[in-house]
Amino acid sequence: MSANLVSILMGGVFHAAILFLVSAGLQLVFGVQKIFNLACGSFYALGAYMGVSAVAVFVAWGGPPGLFILPLIVAGLLAGAVGLVVERGLLRFVYDRDETFQLLLTFAIVLMMEDAIRLTWGTAPQSTAGYYLRYGQARVLGAVVPVYNLIVIAASVAIAAGLGYMLTRTAFGRIIRAAADNREMAEALGVDMRSVYARVFTLGAALGTLGGALVIPATAAMSEMGIELIVEAFAVVVIGGLGSMRGALVGALIVGVLRAVAISVYPELEMLLIYLIVIAVLLLRPRGLFGGAAA
Amino acid sequence: MRGRLVLALVLAGLIALPLVLSPYRVLLMLPFMAYGVILLGLNLLFGYTGLVSFGHALFVGIGAYAAATLTSHAGVRSLEVILLVAAVVGALAAALVGALCVRYVKIYFGMLTLAFGMVFYTFLLKFYRVTGGDEGMPVLRPLLLGLNLDGMSKTAFLVGPYYYYCLGVLVLAAAVMWRIVHSPFGLCLRTIRDNPTKAEALGVSVTRYRWYAFVISAVFAAVGGALLGPPTGNVDPTLAYWTHSGNLVFMVLLGGFASFFGPVLGAFVFIFLQDTVMSVVPYWRLVFGAILAAIVIFAPGGLMGFLGRPRPS
Repeated sequence: MSANLVSILMGGVFHAAILFLVSAGLQLVFGVQKIFNLACGSFYALGAYMGVSAVAVFVAWGGPPGLFILPLIVAGLLAGAVGLVVERGLLRFVYDRDETFQLLLTFAIVLMMEDAIRLTWGTAPQSTAGYYLRYGQARVLGAVVPVYNLIVIAASVAIAAGLGYMLTRTAFGRIIRAAADNREMAEALGVDMRSVYARVFTLGAALGTLGGALVIPATAAMSEMGIELIVEAFAVVVIGGLGSMRGALVGALIVGVLRAVAISVYPELEMLLIYLIVIAVLLLRPRGLFGGAAA
Repeated sequence: MRGRLVLALVLAGLIALPLVLSPYRVLLMLPFMAYGVILLGLNLLFGYTGLVSFGHALFVGIGAYAAATLTSHAGVRSLEVILLVAAVVGALAAALVGALCVRYVKIYFGMLTLAFGMVFYTFLLKFYRVTGGDEGMPVLRPLLLGLNLDGMSKTAFLVGPYYYYCLGVLVLAAAVMWRIVHSPFGLCLRTIRDNPTKAEALGVSVTRYRWYAFVISAVFAAVGGALLGPPTGNVDPTLAYWTHSGNLVFMVLLGGFASFFGPVLGAFVFIFLQDTVMSVVPYWRLVFGAILAAIVIFAPGGLMGFLGRPRPS
């Protein structure tokens, strides 16, 4: 394989690793709560800004710059608390409403968070320039790839494995799957859905904010990054199948890699290609590659 | 009777408005009237048929870019021709998109329309040579009823002839839509919304009627979109972006989707409130997001819901 192609593919896989985190949050929430959370992109943006600030504070307090990934992870996870606030403060009032209203409520959150971010961090892009290549570059099949990308890819794979383990092997995972399957039955068997919803939504949000925090050394944080990412995450979950974790993984790889290839081959095509695939999937196989029966 | 009186008063007020309001406020009325036309159409889909489109900005974009292409490239400046072309192109696009979308309902319908909207947005953004990319395209001053009004100053043109032209289009659009929703066809759409299974059993072809509603609503969106361009003199791809679609649904909900004039009221309040908020702080999304959240949670009937209007039946 030519080094150029490998480098394009690795760029795509890095993007896919981030996309997977955000999409996994989207899937988890949709699977259990049946809410398509448009705000998951906003959580991603929040995580990115929190990451920038955390790294700045960490370095200002004399933390070794080489360990900048630690404040990123901590900030990403802590920012997930926004999920708890949103769920308890807003979403819990509309669980018995038509899904149109739930969707619009998450759109309201998108609007609010975009400006809340502008209000807090200003309109200029924020970045942690200079840290991206701190861990050096590695040769992968002849291509030069930043080591940081490899770390993020590994972290994303580990999180995917952890999510899989949690969902299939732990008591909380069983409860989540039961709740996703049949809410009334789970409730009748003594599951406190209030707490399950709060925890699931917070976990979903934390996956998004972590994704945002981890992407930040490679790019600048901008207030529009959330509404741009949501349409990519949307493509991921449609292709993979709504509510499916495996779908999020495969969908993220497809979208991430295709986008990287399209950008390098024919830039005009970029997202156009992805949306055309989304439309094809919705028309031919609305439940996606791994989804359950479609409505 | 009371309703007619209110309507007559509102109409008289709209006619007298340019004589009393400052030109700045009158200029704000122009997007309001364009959005009024768009939302009358969108509510045929949302309020009357029960389908929520998250990609309706696609048709707004088609109308706006039709106006831009015709005036800037094709040398066609007659606004009647522009509106007609916008309507036809919007209808053709909607016939195709709608045929694929109306088989689905709820979240899948919303997602599919969103995806189509983003296809068009990406096309506008990336195919720079045809569409002008992110800078958009200029819209030249159109001829109204064949009259060349280039001699007037821009403001005089907009607050005078163009204002009344838009008002005429809005009144016409409302009259046409009123006839549509109060026809047997409109009744079928409401039946489909409330009970699609029963509608099908009664011999109403559910997907075909949804498709009709989709195409009609797109024609209104394209006509309204074509009216959006001339006041600013420019159109850009954000007109077709998914957040714009979201704002359209927001406006419908704000005014009240269960009422015929609710969406028009929603457009009015949205435009003027946005202007007021932005004159105080630049963070209108924060305020509007909070308003939308409050409406969804506490007052799903929108502003019209406060007036105690029952759902049209």
